Amino acid sequence: MEASSIIFSDKPVNVSYDGTWYGLLTAVFEAYSKKWNVSGFSIIDKESQSDFFAEKVIVVTDETKSQRVWLGLKKKVPKENCIQLYRCYLSEMPGMEFTIFSCIKFYFSGFDSPHLAYGNSDVLKISQTSKMVYREKHRMEAFVRFQRTADDLYYAGIEPDFNVIPLLSQHFAERYADQNWLIYDIKRKYGIYYDQDKVEEITLNFSNEAGEKTAVKDVFHDSETLYQELWKNYFKNVNIPSRRNIKLHVQHVPKRYWKHLIEKK
Amino acid sequence: MSERLHEKLEILADAAKYDVSCSSSGSKRKNHNKGLGEATGSGICHTYTEDGRCVSLLKILLTNHCIFDCAYCVTRKSNDIKRAAFTVQEVVDLTMNFYRRNYIEGLFLSSGIFKNADYTMERLVSVAKKLRTENKFNGYIHLKTIPGASDELMHEAGLWADRLSVNIEIPTESGLKLLAPDKNIKDMIEPMTYLKKEIIRTKEESKIFKSAPLFAPAGQSTQMIIGASGESDKDIMHTANKFYKGFNLKRVYYSGYVPISNDNRLPELGSAVPVLRENRLYQTDWLMRFYGFHVQELLNDQFPNLDPEIDPKLSWALRNMAFFPVDVNTADLQLILRVPGIGVQSAQKIVGARRFNKLGWDHLKKIGIALNRAKYFITCNSPITDRKDYTEAKIRQFILNESRSKFLTNGGQQYNLFG
Ligand code: SF4
Repeated sequence: MEASSIIFSDKPVNVSYDGTWYGLLTAVFEAYSKKWNVSGFSIIDKESQSDFFAEKVIVVTDETKSQRVWLGLKKKVPKENCIQLYRCYLSEMPGMEFTIFSCIKFYFSGFDSPHLAYGNSDVLKISQTSKMVYREKHRMEAFVRFQRTADDLYYAGIEPDFNVIPLLSQHFAERYADQNWLIYDIKRKYGIYYDQDKVEEITLNFSNEAGEKTAVKDVFHDSETLYQELWKNYFKNVNIPSRRNIKLHVQHVPKRYWKHLIEKK
Repeated sequence: MSERLHEKLEILADAAKYDVSCSSSGSKRKNHNKGLGEATGSGICHTYTEDGRCVSLLKILLTNHCIFDCAYCVTRKSNDIKRAAFTVQEVVDLTMNFYRRNYIEGLFLSSGIFKNADYTMERLVSVAKKLRTENKFNGYIHLKTIPGASDELMHEAGLWADRLSVNIEIPTESGLKLLAPDKNIKDMIEPMTYLKKEIIRTKEESKIFKSAPLFAPAGQSTQMIIGASGESDKDIMHTANKFYKGFNLKRVYYSGYVPISNDNRLPELGSAVPVLRENRLYQTDWLMRFYGFHVQELLNDQFPNLDPEIDPKLSWALRNMAFFPVDVNTADLQLILRVPGIGVQSAQKIVGARRFNKLGWDHLKKIGIALNRAKYFITCNSPITDRKDYTEAKIRQFILNESRSKFLTNGGQQYNLFG
């Protein structure tokens, strides 16, 4: 059903949207302009423990409405703070949509430079969560390890905690402009592919469970093993044993990322 | 073939690892020709060694043959070790292939001196040139400049590299004479002076001509070895200050001496690397560069060495209690920066947030300042709970006790900057 006017403003509403960023911004637009008493957000067709007493309203994604929220935000706070909201959305943390909604409401509430109000718990939460997502984006920029395939594709599989793939394309497209590459989120089953012209989102259909591994490993370039071995060797030899500090090492390179790091395998 | 390459890499990475700089920041080289790589951001650590240091660059020597005999260096002529040398092409291939796989931000190429300074420098330059021209490589390149190399070669190096460095290694002239008899200070200072001049000149030019070529856009840096020549912290930091001021250096690095020989001019084999001292020196360096401290305030004839137990900012504060307490709701940013437990970011947040409401302990905690230290040095909108008029000795005791118990529960070794 369309977001409709049968809602009374005091009745708790659970806003259901399609899970996209534009969808969420549309939901914010509707909730804000219709003054709904929002109790939470949920993604259409996804199970959620939504409030039993709340009325569920399905919001249809509308680019114009989402743009209005985005452009409005840009007038209220610096671009970095707008992007912070997007990063928080990518965190996929439970309840984050509501924090984003509350924070946007606060940004629109008329204060001067509202993004500096670190005493406000929503502003603070957004800034902290965004930092976590940004840190993982940064980590992925560091920890992606491309493997060259026989047909000259540089492939990397990743399993980040947050959905950071959308934040990666610009960096990798600028840097690796003269090679075809693919960065694939194995957990979320999608990736970005660059063909020396543009970046596209793609999904791969592996025929079996072990697909991701065999599909790529069988087709390595001749030189791939050599450079992996050289890299491992290099890593071993830059270490200074008398300064050993494994705690610090693990703090910088958390164990959950080791699986995809050539030098830690 | 590949075995020999492995062996070379082992030898020449191992010999290069004592140079602690691995920074790949500060440049502004774009991928302007749709080639490979860029060096515009703050640089990425692609992995960390097991001693917790950032690995950002492929850091190797071109060769570890050397005609000099510096006592503190594994590569010194009199040391009985395996020698090796890369060809120019080998270094180019390694760099390109590591970079394409996202292992590194670029290359840090140094070398022992073989034949003479110019001969060596020429080869370093040709690696960089080949990468930039034939391979359209726009990643980061840091070249070590060889003391005594000609101005022409220095100039060419600046055209291809992002950063250039001459390592001074020993902070005092007497120490240098003792430990590196083949080197003279003039040969090290001259290239720095030349580079400073050129960097400034090309910067001016690029203001007028947009297309003026880049010249060492990430500037120059140097390194000093700590604890090899009996120098004081004051010697080190005053020398560092001279380099920052006199040669516009981007960074000075401090490298705790790793014992590598039985030479009686040096700490003996097996002595500990002065990691804590190194950390205190970096803290001091930060205070000079980002917190508005003058070196003289931190180290002087009265206090020639840093306090190993507490960080230099706290140490300064305890010596200067008259500055405190600082009212976080009204004081200038510059003053807030001087409070122990408040970092640059927190200080800026305080100044931003206090416009909305007067800040109390709760706000300050949320902003992320270390109240356990700061509380002795500030006032805020909350009532004073724990600030009777303590003496500096008392405060020191309180903070030490607290951090000691933290130190123990953390299980030891871990030195953060003002953590
Ligand atoms: S000139 Fe450089 S490489 Fe040669 S011994 Fe001295 S410090 Fe080592």
